[in-house]
Amino acid sequence: MVVSVQNLRFHYDKAPILDIPRWTVETGERIFLHGPSGAGKSTLLNLLAGILLPDSGTIEVQGKAINTLGARQRDKWRARHIGVVFQQFNLIPYLGAVDNIRLAAGFAGATGASGRARELLLALGLAEEQHHQSASRLSIGQQQRVAIARALVNRPALLIADEPTSALDRENRDAFLSLLLNQAGECRTALVFVSHDLALADRFSRTEALADINRAEGCH
Amino acid sequence: MFFRLALSSLWNRRGSAVLTFLAIAVSVFVLLGVEQIRHQARSSFGNTVSGIDLVVGARTGDINLLLYSVFRLGNATNNLAWQSYRDIAADPNVAWTIPISLGDSHQGYRVMGTTTDYFTHFRFGQGRSLALAMGSPFSDLFDVVLGSEVARTLGYRLGDELTLAHGLGSTSFSRHDANPFRVAGILEPTGTPVDQTLHVSLEGIEAIHIGWQGGVKLPGLPATVENIKEQDLTPESITAFMVGLKSRLATFRLQRQINTYPGEPLTAILPGVTLTQLWQMMAVMENTLRLISALVLLASLLGLAAMLLASIRERQREIAVMRAIGASPWFLLALVEAEALLITVGATLAAVALLALATSASRDALAERFSLFFDSSLITPDSLVYLLAIVAGALAIGLIPGITAYRRALQQQLG
Repeated sequence: MVVSVQNLRFHYDKAPILDIPRWTVETGERIFLHGPSGAGKSTLLNLLAGILLPDSGTIEVQGKAINTLGARQRDKWRARHIGVVFQQFNLIPYLGAVDNIRLAAGFAGATGASGRARELLLALGLAEEQHHQSASRLSIGQQQRVAIARALVNRPALLIADEPTSALDRENRDAFLSLLLNQAGECRTALVFVSHDLALADRFSRTEALADINRAEGCH
Repeated sequence: MFFRLALSSLWNRRGSAVLTFLAIAVSVFVLLGVEQIRHQARSSFGNTVSGIDLVVGARTGDINLLLYSVFRLGNATNNLAWQSYRDIAADPNVAWTIPISLGDSHQGYRVMGTTTDYFTHFRFGQGRSLALAMGSPFSDLFDVVLGSEVARTLGYRLGDELTLAHGLGSTSFSRHDANPFRVAGILEPTGTPVDQTLHVSLEGIEAIHIGWQGGVKLPGLPATVENIKEQDLTPESITAFMVGLKSRLATFRLQRQINTYPGEPLTAILPGVTLTQLWQMMAVMENTLRLISALVLLASLLGLAAMLLASIRERQREIAVMRAIGASPWFLLALVEAEALLITVGATLAAVALLALATSASRDALAERFSLFFDSSLITPDSLVYLLAIVAGALAIGLIPGITAYRRALQQQLG
């Protein structure tokens, strides 16, 4: 079990936005999480990544209750065990593709990540001559592929993807999704993929509507 | 990787980074330049005279005596009698004396009557003695030894003849033109008022004033060299004299004796002490210069903070990415500080290099025009403190954007 959430409660203002009695993610599982805007999808991802702390309840990642860790330990934990892919702007724009990946490896305390970075980039179809081009000069499709490599360089247990396809056109979207699922599969990384494009749902092993696991309501 | 990240980040904003770099480099250059000039002026000043235990003149203020006897600035209020000089010179504690007689000039440069002891005993800088670039000390009655600047500016060479003027104006109408002097020697540059002085023998001064009374040439035949030499040329009075003691322990006792000399009212000063007093009078100027250069530096460091602060607003996405891959808010603070440090250290090094270049390029001009002699030490212990203060200041001011980055990182969510 990669993720185990119990009795999670969270609120920003007065109204609770999340109230999840129990929710788990198994190793290597691919979850498609959907729900309307403002339902708390991003909030859940931030909680899983240890950026936000729950008001109550526990969030275990890899058997560790991350809500009990200190701020620095949570940052370190995130670097080592959790990969993140955003909708867009995943990279430090002035660093090259390889350096972006090495930076992520550096935060996890890994050294000599250049070799693995190159392997991953080649597997993701990024030609050698683009490996050191600064990220801002890559196309959005290329940037998203570098983002997958960056997220997987430390072989995390959990990969969080927050609408990573919404900036891509249809063709790029399908290619991106294939690469993401393949690479996550090779690393045996569990994937929590947030999107509201339900057309993608059948490529995942489990589809969840946030409203089904979340008892909180009325904030949207 | 960390500094590479900081460097790449700066390179990404090279337009504003380069301008900030230049602003800091210029202000550090100003600060160190002022410090350098101050340091050199001070040591040039303090090096004007050394190895002399007492300077004695007619009763006057300490600083006034120092100014006219050593710096040849202003005029003596009074002369002292030759007999008083002989009395004090005969004191068993006195090792040597240098009598000086001022009052005449040549094209604006002061003429000083003295003895050849001047060339043996006078010291400047760190105990350096006078050296002749060419020729020899005066041996004849009408020999003159020129300071280096006098020789260079007026273009005199050995054997040239020149006439002295009575008084100090460069266009004096009373000239001692009956008795021209011959250039016997030219001194090496010293960076002291010696460079601007013409040295003749006491007897020479006495000789050109034969047939003068009260500063006016009496009518009649000018004295010829032959009948001058027959006369007794011992002066009746001199302007001041310098004293070297056998033992420094006697300094204060002798000073007290001279200050209470029964024959006439005299003043004796310790040149080192009075130089310090004089320098302290200039402390206000010095501190003003320092304050201004410190403010210029502060302004440029604030510019650095403004540049970094503006950059953080553009870097919201970057902060989100950093957080996602596990950077702590402290890392972002450190990154901003590293950028401040890189710019400041780089600019400081550039300023030091520029200063070295400017110093070596202007060395001759400064020596010639201002008698400022730069020694080789570019970085004085003082300026080392400044350099550390600059770096510390940059880090302190870098906290303004640094803390902003920290707080944004703390609030930043994924997505």
